[in-house]
Amino acid sequence: MGINILGAFNYWVVVVLMMIGLYIVITHNNLVKKLIGINIFQTSIFILFISMGKISGGTAPIITGTNTVYSSPLPHVLILTAIVVGISTTALGLAIVIRLYHAFGTVEDDEIQQEIE
Amino acid sequence: MMSDQLLIVLAICLPVVATVFIAVTHNYTNVRETVTLFSAVCLIIVVYSLLQRVLAGEQPQLHLLEFLPGLSLHFKIEPLGMLFACIASFLWLINSIYSIGYMRGNKEKHQTRFYIYFAIAIASTIGIAFSANLITLFVFYEVLTLSTYPLVTHKGSEDAMRAGRVYLGILLSTSICLFLPAIIWINVLAGTTEFTNGGILTNDIGHGVILILLMLFAYGIGKAALMPMHRWLPAAMVAPTPVSALLHAVAVVKAGVFSIVKIVIYIFSPALLSDVIEINILLYLAGLTIIVASVIALQADNLKRRLAYSTISQLSYVVLATALLAPISIMGAALHILAHAFGKITLFFAAGSIYTATKKTSVSELDGIGKAMPWTMGAFAIASLSMIGVPPTAGFLSKWYILQGAFSVESWFAVGVIIISTLLNAGYFLPIIYAAFLKKPVDGKELSYNEAPLPIVLALTLTAAITILLFLFPETPLQLLNLLVGNMS
Amino acid sequence: MISSHLPVLQVIIPLIAAPICVILRQGLLAWILTTLVCLISLIISCVLFNQVLDEGVISYALGGWFSPWGIEYRLDKLTIFMLLIINGVATIVLLGAKESVADEISSDRLYLFYTAFLLNLTGLLGVIVTGDAFNLFVFIEIASLSSYAMISIGRDRRCLYAAFKYLIFGTVGASFILISVGLLYDVTGTLNMADIFQRLPDIENTKTVTTALIFFVVGIGIKAAIFPLHLWLPDAYNYSPSIVSTFLAGTTTKVFIYVLIRFIYSIFGHETVFIQEAFNNLLMILACAGILYGSYLAIKQDSLKRLLAYSSIAQLGYMLLGISLATEAGLAAGLIHVFNHAIIKVTLFLSVVCIIFYTRTDSISQLSGLAKTTPLLMVSFLVAGLSLIGVPMTAGFISKWYLIKASFESGYWGLVLVIVFSSLLAIVYIWKFVEAAYFKSPENGVSKLELNKERPYLLSFSLFIFVIANIYFGIDSSLNVDMANSIAHDFYHGF
Repeated sequence: MGINILGAFNYWVVVVLMMIGLYIVITHNNLVKKLIGINIFQTSIFILFISMGKISGGTAPIITGTNTVYSSPLPHVLILTAIVVGISTTALGLAIVIRLYHAFGTVEDDEIQQEIE
Repeated sequence: MMSDQLLIVLAICLPVVATVFIAVTHNYTNVRETVTLFSAVCLIIVVYSLLQRVLAGEQPQLHLLEFLPGLSLHFKIEPLGMLFACIASFLWLINSIYSIGYMRGNKEKHQTRFYIYFAIAIASTIGIAFSANLITLFVFYEVLTLSTYPLVTHKGSEDAMRAGRVYLGILLSTSICLFLPAIIWINVLAGTTEFTNGGILTNDIGHGVILILLMLFAYGIGKAALMPMHRWLPAAMVAPTPVSALLHAVAVVKAGVFSIVKIVIYIFSPALLSDVIEINILLYLAGLTIIVASVIALQADNLKRRLAYSTISQLSYVVLATALLAPISIMGAALHILAHAFGKITLFFAAGSIYTATKKTSVSELDGIGKAMPWTMGAFAIASLSMIGVPPTAGFLSKWYILQGAFSVESWFAVGVIIISTLLNAGYFLPIIYAAFLKKPVDGKELSYNEAPLPIVLALTLTAAITILLFLFPETPLQLLNLLVGNMS
Repeated sequence: MISSHLPVLQVIIPLIAAPICVILRQGLLAWILTTLVCLISLIISCVLFNQVLDEGVISYALGGWFSPWGIEYRLDKLTIFMLLIINGVATIVLLGAKESVADEISSDRLYLFYTAFLLNLTGLLGVIVTGDAFNLFVFIEIASLSSYAMISIGRDRRCLYAAFKYLIFGTVGASFILISVGLLYDVTGTLNMADIFQRLPDIENTKTVTTALIFFVVGIGIKAAIFPLHLWLPDAYNYSPSIVSTFLAGTTTKVFIYVLIRFIYSIFGHETVFIQEAFNNLLMILACAGILYGSYLAIKQDSLKRLLAYSSIAQLGYMLLGISLATEAGLAAGLIHVFNHAIIKVTLFLSVVCIIFYTRTDSISQLSGLAKTTPLLMVSFLVAGLSLIGVPMTAGFISKWYLIKASFESGYWGLVLVIVFSSLLAIVYIWKFVEAAYFKSPENGVSKLELNKERPYLLSFSLFIFVIANIYFGIDSSLNVDMANSIAHDFYHGF
């Protein structure tokens, strides 16, 4: 059992990172920190995908004749796309935060909510 | 010779087309009123020619459009619907004459709006009368509710708005919460919602289901004002009197009981319901409503309120007669729709006439009024007698048939209810007549007012006369009803 | 030649037009371009509609790489049904958008709005046509990112906060969907939906698949604003420029309901989801709660846009309710409501757009007596309102009819009660405004406002089309009902 838990350590990392990310998003009052939380959250998913493609002992899928075990390249490609999506989201989020700062003079969630009401 | 289809379309569209002209002639009041009267006359002609065909044994029908597979706007004129359409179209003319006197006499605002929505209400009433399936009935039922809402809130005051909310709230909520599910349920059970001779439901769906469906209809059709769904009717009395007269004594409420009768005959069929012993629940509910409403009427001092509760009680006569399920009592139910229509509209006309001439609304203020307004109060007396069921008025006729039905199925409960309520009716109408003709005015002075304007007097005299004429010459309605009973068996 | 490439053109044309919009840098030109693109999109979807009806499912291999290696665009009846709704709504709404947008968005940002609009359209259409689970995620994010931008583009500073809130919620939701896709890839080794569908039964019901399902439903729940994950929606609809609310209400949530249906029926398989996991019970409870909650909160709102937003949450509940019945009739009813609700809600929102254009407010208490000033506009609102309530001869009635019928057939009596009761609540919130506008005196309302003298002709035209559609689909519902029935039939009895 213990071996099993250690053997799946990458998934543990995924789960822990995911929870940290979500926790930041939910609890932090500062909008920039919320975005950071989102980023951590997304990173955990990237790791999830990458570790799926990994086969122990496998190399990049280039046929050289010496290796017969390859890691699947597809998750990497997918994650490249997902990273792009994540960056766009962060960029847009930061842009909105800057405009929020100009409009409200603060980036604290509760202060903005007070101003709105 | 016009085709059946064209006539049916004409009957429903004439009032709708009239609204356009009424709106256009907004600034020329005389022309506007002429449009209303003219279209009312045309409607009567159309309905009359349809009547001839129905009396000849035909059942003209029209498929308009199919908006769901198996569900279409479909009209078919059977005898009961014909009778209802005759009442509605004929009284529209008389009521329009009356409206002109009333609306002008009281200098009401928004008269154009009034006539427009009135015409739409009439069109939907005709639609209800001619509907050949539940869904068509439901469509026009809802249009009728919506088109009468602006009439109820006509005054625009806070009171009127509140009453309008009660009106719309009860009628829409009962129809959507109970009526519509019942229709869909029937469609799921029977695969159709067409009104068919002998009913579309069969015994094997279970007595419990039949009973639930019956209750859904009885309460879902809030326009029938079966207690406790009656609150909208007294609330609607804030409307101008012509509205109370035609819509809340004839078109709207009759549409309710008419729907119940039609559903009992053509969806359930009396034979099926006779098998289900629990049917008597409907009978008891109706009986209870009759008595309770009469007692409330007895205590009401506002004349229109008293008439409203009287209407509630009289409507349940129709439901009661239908629930007896005997052919003769169903004839009585249909006759009562007719008799009560003419009687109650006269009473409301009289109430409006008193209001126009004197601005009085309470029963207790009417002492000695008979001398100043002999025509009004004379008509009131005749109509009251019809309500009580004294010959020679139409009310006697219908009560006679209902009682016969009650005896034929040996329902002593129904007999008892009818007897007690007759006494109660007498109890709340006769004192008015007595006070009007025999008592002296309270302050002892001579009364300083006269009869209401001519159109008003003309209208109420006419309806009172018809109440008596119906007793003397009931052939045409009876002929229609014989056709109805003939179809049933 | 071109006709064989239509599936990809459907997505590519708006995508290419988006940067062109940026180059144009001019509001009017951008509007003309965008409208043209929408129109072309609509025409393409109509052609595809006929193709699919004639020839059956179209499979398009993107870049010539056939599935399961390449990305497949797969068009079945459900796809074209949704394409038609989205393109129809987009085209007609955009036709009328010019005047309102010019009014509510500062002129130097107009071209950016149209760019975001085109990207959003690209995303939505992409979500619908793609047959690849990961590609679906990418398109979801394209649609979402552009909608955050569209919401934040208005003059009202509160829209920024609404957009940020939506961004956070939406990103979490999309990430959950991504996790779900990842887990599915993990167990099946493919991203092609049809492949996953074929391979899943072999894996039996492993925990991974269940986990994927849960992640997916939570994610899509956030995206589609399914109760209780709807928190972003009222603000987003309320504070964004009103034409954006209109477009979002008519399209975005519908597309996510589509994704839900697609995943349940074309990936997980409804037998797995509904029967083994008894998942429909959860959906049903959420749907009912959402219906009642949304309708109840709608009653309490004074702002019309917010009222309609809550009403949308309730109406989403209806669609979900249909799906959760887990029967052919239920799915058909849900789809019919997707179609009808798109029409109804867009009509209502467009009426509100017009009202805001005239009066600069959407507060019911300030709008009393409006009917005297703008009678035709109020008639439009009234027709759409009656349709929302479900009065016969309007589109809404057809939805209600099929939903109630489906509930009856499945023997769920309670659901019938929920549906009719929430119709009553709908009467209350629609009537609240109708009464104020028609029967209250303008003295404390419209008379105090400064009315806009301009007349939005194009906007009125769009509104007019939708009002007619409300009545037309109430009378002749064969198009949507037949389509929905045949889609449901295909899913339950094979293609």
